[in-house]
Amino acid sequence: MELFSFIVAKADYWAYVILMMVGLYALIAKNNLVKKIVGMTIFQTAIILFYVSIGYKKGATIPILHHGSDHGGEALAAHGAHAAAHGTQEVAEQAAHAVAHAGEAAVKAMDYINPLPHVLMLTAIVVGVATLGVALALAMKVYKEYGTLEEDEINQQLRNG
Amino acid sequence: MTSNLPALVIIVPLLASLVAAGAGWFNRKAPFYIAVIALLISFISSVLLLAQVVATGVAIEYQMAGWPAPVGIVYVIDHLSAMVLVVITFVAFVNLIGNRQAVETEFKNKEGAFNALYVLFTAGLVGMTATGDAFNLYVLLEIASLSGYALIGLGSSRAPLATLNYLFLGTIGATFYLLGVGYLYIATGSLNMADLATIIPSMMNSSTILFAFIICLTGLLVKMAIFPVHGWLPGAYSESSTVSAGLIAPLTTKVTIYIMVRICLTLFTPEYTFGYIDPTDIMVAIAVASIIFGSLSALAQKDFKRMLSYIIIAEVGYMVGGFFLGNRMGVSGAILHIVNDAAMTLALFMAAGIFIWKTGDEKQSSLKGLYAKMPFTMAGFTLAALSVVGVPPTCGFFSKWYLISGGIAAGQYLFVGALIFSSLINAVLFFRIFEIALFEPFKSHHHAGDEEDKVESHHGETIVDPGVIESAQQYSGSDSHDHGAIVIKEPPLPMLVPFLGVCVLLLILGLYSGSIVNNIIHFAIPAGII
Amino acid sequence: MKILGKITITICGLLLLFFTSDFPDWGDVNSPASTHLSPYFIEHTIEDTAVPNIVTSVLADYRGYDTMFETTVILTAGLACFLLLRIPRKDSIHRYYRHEPTGVTIRVEGDRYPKGSNVFTRIDSSWVPYDLIINFTCRLLIHFIQLFALYVVAHGHHSPGGGFQGGVLLGASVILFAISGNLRAAIKRFGEKTAAILSSTGVFIYAGAGALCLFIGEQFLNYSALGPLLGTDRIMARSHGILIVEIGVAMAVMAVMIWIYYNLSSAGKQDEGL
Repeated sequence: MELFSFIVAKADYWAYVILMMVGLYALIAKNNLVKKIVGMTIFQTAIILFYVSIGYKKGATIPILHHGSDHGGEALAAHGAHAAAHGTQEVAEQAAHAVAHAGEAAVKAMDYINPLPHVLMLTAIVVGVATLGVALALAMKVYKEYGTLEEDEINQQLRNG
Repeated sequence: MTSNLPALVIIVPLLASLVAAGAGWFNRKAPFYIAVIALLISFISSVLLLAQVVATGVAIEYQMAGWPAPVGIVYVIDHLSAMVLVVITFVAFVNLIGNRQAVETEFKNKEGAFNALYVLFTAGLVGMTATGDAFNLYVLLEIASLSGYALIGLGSSRAPLATLNYLFLGTIGATFYLLGVGYLYIATGSLNMADLATIIPSMMNSSTILFAFIICLTGLLVKMAIFPVHGWLPGAYSESSTVSAGLIAPLTTKVTIYIMVRICLTLFTPEYTFGYIDPTDIMVAIAVASIIFGSLSALAQKDFKRMLSYIIIAEVGYMVGGFFLGNRMGVSGAILHIVNDAAMTLALFMAAGIFIWKTGDEKQSSLKGLYAKMPFTMAGFTLAALSVVGVPPTCGFFSKWYLISGGIAAGQYLFVGALIFSSLINAVLFFRIFEIALFEPFKSHHHAGDEEDKVESHHGETIVDPGVIESAQQYSGSDSHDHGAIVIKEPPLPMLVPFLGVCVLLLILGLYSGSIVNNIIHFAIPAGII
Repeated sequence: MKILGKITITICGLLLLFFTSDFPDWGDVNSPASTHLSPYFIEHTIEDTAVPNIVTSVLADYRGYDTMFETTVILTAGLACFLLLRIPRKDSIHRYYRHEPTGVTIRVEGDRYPKGSNVFTRIDSSWVPYDLIINFTCRLLIHFIQLFALYVVAHGHHSPGGGFQGGVLLGASVILFAISGNLRAAIKRFGEKTAAILSSTGVFIYAGAGALCLFIGEQFLNYSALGPLLGTDRIMARSHGILIVEIGVAMAVMAVMIWIYYNLSSAGKQDEGL
């Protein structure tokens, strides 16, 4: 079962490599401009898969704090609103106090998966969508100009005209 | 306020672009002025930052959202970034005020969107230069790239296809960079540049870090159009409109080279880059191929802007080769060349803009007789051309001097030979243009007197009309023998003064090269490099 | 070209597969990525920002600067599509109108318009047949989609959600209206000028909130500076600051999605889309 555990340990990473190569091949070798754009999107999605698979921890749950600590947060908020009248100096002490009191439900980093790759990939997804929009707008302009989306036909028109 | 300067340099352009985008729907003239004012404020802030860094000698660190590194994102302004910030904001500001009429004609109902994208492009480059976080650099790289695609896409009829090509290759480059950052993250768990620099020395044998270096570098090489992956550059720069080319051509490749210097020196420490990996031979070979290819291809071009694009490819070869020589002279030469090449390219593309305004097309053969018609412009153009060739005391000579000394010291004689070869080819290129512009009119035909009257009536026109080929103007220079006085018709002052200002700047940069290197660049290079 | 492509990606793929050998195992709790920086976020999010959703607090507070530029990227895409595609529409000489109650189509020449224009809808010469089921169902659904989108934006602090997700849902609701009916009907209700100005305003709310913190005296995007303004302490001010910028993000994303759809689906002419 060594081979099996080895495959499970690395399978996610191999999946991203294969997906990325599929996207890169479509981007380089296909003739149709829209197929190239689709390849570019697949290529960027593979990177997203890679980053998200970095953040996984065995036995951990989504990075939203459990209800136990949530009560700590609400207590903190109540303390905070209370202390607003007394000046902000006390808030720090109240905060430390409330967190210490919610000690039984102390937040353990091992219980939650790594949130940072998810944050980074929210940004990457948005960037991918934006690039897709601009690429489609450009493809539309190319179609208006040459009447076709196949690259070899366009090159032929460029050579003749 | 002065403690907030690092944030102001980028916030003012960002807010101004938003206001310009909204104002464009209500008032046609407002976006231009908003953009100019924002770029001016940004330029002044970057000059103040440079003065502060040089005076105190310490890098300025600014924590965004109040969180210290590595928890939050920090901006680090040291000598190198301050200098590049000044270059970026200066080029953007001068290019915009020098091309005002072109903006008004070419982007008729879309001033708001155009000015907003122009300022966003500058803001993206400024942010890339100042940041100290590897992932933030990717986001800003994408802002600069996307606005660049939009600015280039609206040009001649071939522009959309060239831009689509640029988009594909640019996305590959940026995604490779992102992949490299991912590999760094999976190996170290941090995204902050200074933090990574402390972790990497203990992990030198890791193959993950090695691959992160390779793929980050590959992504950046694609974005700076070095020889095998240069395919997007000539099409994109020559088919775009004048004002977009004047903004994007001097800046994109140079800032990408700055990023390469930054990640090789600050992120992967010099001990790792030059000591452990030692890519000198491969990178210098690629650079030599790029220089020779760029110079020879420039010879074959009939179109002026295309010739300039191939010269840019050769210049990128100088900088990459110079940096990877690995000694202090070479790296100083490469960094000095970032500044000089940005100024030279700006001058040449502004000259191209004036030529297109004058002759209506981009061919080199239409530049006949321009020395007689526009002596001041041609004087400036001569200065810029001599700078590219590398004649003292213009700035081009000094950066080539550092690069050649560095090459000899490192024993890379092939690189030195390629530099000299390229200078000779540049001389051939530009002297060919001088010849066309100075001597050609003797062969042109005579026109009747009424053509000259038509020229007189054009004297007060200030609007760019590229469709009209003013052939009468070209040939009437030859009529000078017959009809007496030569009609000197310079471009209007708002176009001419910024252009001449940049050309004079080339001289000033050359004369002050020594002090730039000693006061700024010397501190920008960490002590690890000999 | 295809053979060169196949060779390139085989070499690249094998190289990449080889270099994954040094990676930490998938799901390893002790990998550097899970132990170096992220435990700080998980353990300190409540006492720093009072927001249980760690992704939201990292996105909008710790790394809020990145998110501001991400919203700017979306705005750039909207501006780019507008700059590249938009061409002014030429009015045709004759127009077709359909009388709603009876279903009769009339053709009007010249510069006249039918009286009582609220019962006449304009259609194009290549008009799509009026579909009762789709129209009615979509009109029912759109309200619920928008309500859910507002819920997603408001609950970004406690459940998965936030500005981007809510903004996309809001944009999708208007696009649904445009697809189910006529593009022109959608443009009449939510015009292009509205979309353009809303998108800039959304990003301006985000950057403006940060600049406000700058003027008060703290660093850019340091929301705790807004505490005195909002009447709460510094930590709750961060939580409220996150909500404010999320609203800005939702506004910007919604407007840009709609704007890009208008420009792409009609190839810039904005007279008849999909």
